[in-house]
Amino acid sequence: MRLGYSPDIKLIRVPCTGKVDLIHILHAMEKGADGVYLVGCLEGDCHFLHGNLRAKKRVQKAQEILNSIGLEGERVQMYNLSSGEGPKFVQYAREMEERIRELGPNPIKKGLSSAA
Amino acid sequence: MIVAEQKPIEEIIQEIQDDHSVLILGCNECVTVCEAGGKKEVAVLASALRMHFMQQGDQKQIEEKTLERQCDSEYLEELRAQVDRYDSVLSLACGAGVQFTAEKYPSTAIYPGVNTKFIGVTEEQGYWTERCQACGQCILAKTGGICPVSRCAKRLLNGPCGGSTQGKCEINPELDCAWQLIIDRLSSLDKLDDYEELVPIKDWSPDRAGGPRKVVREDVTS
Repeated sequence: MRLGYSPDIKLIRVPCTGKVDLIHILHAMEKGADGVYLVGCLEGDCHFLHGNLRAKKRVQKAQEILNSIGLEGERVQMYNLSSGEGPKFVQYAREMEERIRELGPNPIKKGLSSAA
Repeated sequence: MIVAEQKPIEEIIQEIQDDHSVLILGCNECVTVCEAGGKKEVAVLASALRMHFMQQGDQKQIEEKTLERQCDSEYLEELRAQVDRYDSVLSLACGAGVQFTAEKYPSTAIYPGVNTKFIGVTEEQGYWTERCQACGQCILAKTGGICPVSRCAKRLLNGPCGGSTQGKCEINPELDCAWQLIIDRLSSLDKLDDYEELVPIKDWSPDRAGGPRKVVREDVTS
């Protein structure tokens, strides 16, 4: 298909989005990621039955926590697609990139550089 | 178990905002089971707090530790060697754990990170309900194993009241009437005769009305 998306997006492969815990999302943000998004199977199509639904709840919790500490919760998102939907994967990547560019860099980095 | 719920993060931020180094202290017992103050919740809270202060340019030192229990001296001793490194300790244990930690380390500020709610059970993951108010004089033998002290809104000992409608309590249509549950259970156990016995006025002195309580067992004291 040769569809392109930003090289700034780092892919981390997991067996199921249900494997991604809340702390993984928060640690990524704490280490300076500008955003984190999970791409799971379509709802109702999880090979492990509920993995993507668990991931969805964890993403919501991460958004709630980020909002409560003054960071933008939209920096964390959940997407769903089937494994045959390459163009949709790219569409989500571009959508996420656009969202992050609008929000700007992770404010933690700015705070740390002003303290230094 | 004792069921607790994490305080709003805004309140926790207020508690620790003037300190430079803070230890988030979890407990491996009840608060781990009710997912309010175990190792995992300590990690999540510590990360969120570090991010909050980092974005303000405040490089507060926020560290994590989880003890087996905070209500036993032997486990609290594990903190002895490191506690002086912190301005404060934010304990995610129940109220008993927070207070015992404060008693053991009088020169360190100890803050609570959870609100202790009740003695209860896990009905399903993420869903906990109250079962006991530690009244000090258990009457479950006469009430079919269902406690009217903790589960009846009025704590009636000879119920139900007139607010019981179709098995539900008048204070909340989703709440089972404890006395309906008691009658149904006594009936299924063929022990409705127990229900006919009037329960005399309860002695509330073993409850909190008698002041802070203690249990002393001479046979096991050292």
